[in-house]
Amino acid sequence: MQSLSPSQMVEPDRVHRLAYTSQEIFDREVENIFEKIWVYCGHESQVKKPGDYHTLQIGRQPMVMVRGKDIKVRVLYNRCPHRGVELCGNTHGNTGSNFVCSYHAWSFHLDGKIESIPLMKGYDGTRMTRDNPDCSMKAAARVDSYRGFVFASLSPTGPSLLDFLGEAKIAFDDMCDRSPEGEVEVVPTCHRVMQHSNWKFFMENQLDSLHPSVTHQSTGVAAGRIEKQMQAGGTTPPLYYHYLSTFASSFEQWDSVQTINFPRGHGVLKAYMGLRPQDPDTKAYEKLMEKAYGKEKMEEYLSRSIHHVLVYPYLSVQSPLQQLRCLRPLGPNKTLSEIWHFRLKGAPEAIYRRSLWYYNLVNSPATMINADDLENWTKGQWGLESTGSDWVSFHRDFGRDTIENGVTYSNKGTSEAVMRSQFKAWSEYMGGAK
Amino acid sequence: MAAAKKTRNPKGAKVAKVAASAKRKAAAKTPAGKNLKQNVVIRAGAETRRTGAQRIAPDHSPRAKVVAVKAPRTLAAAASTRGDLQRRVEQFLYAQSELLDNKYWQDYINLFAADGVYWMPVTTDQTEWEGSPSIFAEDKLLMQVRMGRITHPNAWSQAPMWATNHLVSNVVIEKETAKEIVVRSRFHMMELRRDNLRHFGGTYRHTLVRKGDSFAIKLQRVDMFNSQATYDYVLQIWV
Repeated sequence: MQSLSPSQMVEPDRVHRLAYTSQEIFDREVENIFEKIWVYCGHESQVKKPGDYHTLQIGRQPMVMVRGKDIKVRVLYNRCPHRGVELCGNTHGNTGSNFVCSYHAWSFHLDGKIESIPLMKGYDGTRMTRDNPDCSMKAAARVDSYRGFVFASLSPTGPSLLDFLGEAKIAFDDMCDRSPEGEVEVVPTCHRVMQHSNWKFFMENQLDSLHPSVTHQSTGVAAGRIEKQMQAGGTTPPLYYHYLSTFASSFEQWDSVQTINFPRGHGVLKAYMGLRPQDPDTKAYEKLMEKAYGKEKMEEYLSRSIHHVLVYPYLSVQSPLQQLRCLRPLGPNKTLSEIWHFRLKGAPEAIYRRSLWYYNLVNSPATMINADDLENWTKGQWGLESTGSDWVSFHRDFGRDTIENGVTYSNKGTSEAVMRSQFKAWSEYMGGAK
Repeated sequence: MAAAKKTRNPKGAKVAKVAASAKRKAAAKTPAGKNLKQNVVIRAGAETRRTGAQRIAPDHSPRAKVVAVKAPRTLAAAASTRGDLQRRVEQFLYAQSELLDNKYWQDYINLFAADGVYWMPVTTDQTEWEGSPSIFAEDKLLMQVRMGRITHPNAWSQAPMWATNHLVSNVVIEKETAKEIVVRSRFHMMELRRDNLRHFGGTYRHTLVRKGDSFAIKLQRVDMFNSQATYDYVLQIWV
């Protein structure tokens, strides 16, 4: 059964279930994709002062993002080169002026270079001397950042960060451009929610416009009821009721929300919530934006139609609400999601609070939305582990999308162009070098 | 807004579609990232056809319709009228746990004052329920939304076996004035979902106002000791 190669698993309109369930395939994904491509590490504002660190996983590698004394942000392997012991034992913190191993007190500068080894004489005449790079913490092969968002690649070769991001760099432009200062700052809370499903379920779900009114019916209907009740009572419901009630829109309406699918599996779900009400808070914000950029640029920045942007295969950026979800695949049926929120520097407090409602209601661990998504993905994973049928169908609107210059525009919101495009990228990655 | 209007009128929708496709053709000449003009806003109930969420009738669900049942008098917080303040407050907290574990959601919400708030901050140093990232930050109306979700027959994640069991102890009255009583206690909640058991624990801090012989909750602050641990699935209802 395991004799299918990744390229045999992907047909233009359907995919073999083993792409989601096989350990062998997962191992190959780690090797060919996650330990090669540019992986998001964090935002520069997570490590403001020298010694500030944040730990993360790239593929199977324990890594640490750290601010050096020279202000540079580096990404190092979070392990002592002596016997492999983890150096930073917490998710984040400040390590002081150096890293010290808890086992034999080897210490390292913030750039990973060896600082001291107790009783160094013991190494005289061996090949483990201070000038041996094996004596220092290993660094990620490449580190780069775009508008404050730090990425690392464990492969010394391959496309540059900007080439990798391609059109999906709009995620970070759209988020930062909405700040009158052109920058965002992290909100120092990271919600971590485990998904008991393959990472692909999440990536596909993010641009799946048919599921919201089914999966999120209960929340959409419940919020819509209170929203109407408030309107009937003469009060204007806060925007966050609309965040929730929109999920219960009709199939036809969801079908009008277009997806744009870029090379490398990246994509955009266009906006559908109308996040630019003309209330005093928005007007005050627009004034600041106009002062910073001029009317034309302000209009361009605030009228981009984006709900979220996917950086395939692990990032979902909801730029208009400054939220970001990052996947750390741990196994074929286990995926950790890290959920972040950012503040627009220089924007009024009210604008932050407006997006905070979305973070609290949709992206917190008490989410009224993902509760039902997670249920779907778990049940989906179980189903694909079954031999009930081998093929996963992606036939909806097959052959009816518009493809121009390598970009696929879905002519229907519910077109499964998204999955087809993601699997095209997947088989390219899995076929070999990319 | 425009799209919502269009869909009311089938003729208008056709025109709009042609316009959209022409627009798309024009946009295709520019880089894809530029093709991001805002043009669709959708809104539940904006069109007359009842499809999607409106059409999936509750009888598609494996769950029976959830009928709102009023909690029996023995469980209601009115049981807290006898004894000294310490005992009355304890009885109030026990009654609250019973309402949650027995799924008397409306009776639980009724424990809150009109301006009452249920708040679970992320960290213990947060001081305001609005304006900082929270796990729960709900006034009574948002609590109604959460109850509406969980009692909807198609709250899919409610289909598997699901129950909670709360213990409350270490009840300390921190402050007592003519108007308010601040009570700190410890809780332990076990949750069963499918065949998995999870544990949540921490500190409740109730700000109670007097309501007749009993109390109403002005603020229930919940500092969960494992609030920042990885969540193996999410929290569906108040802890």
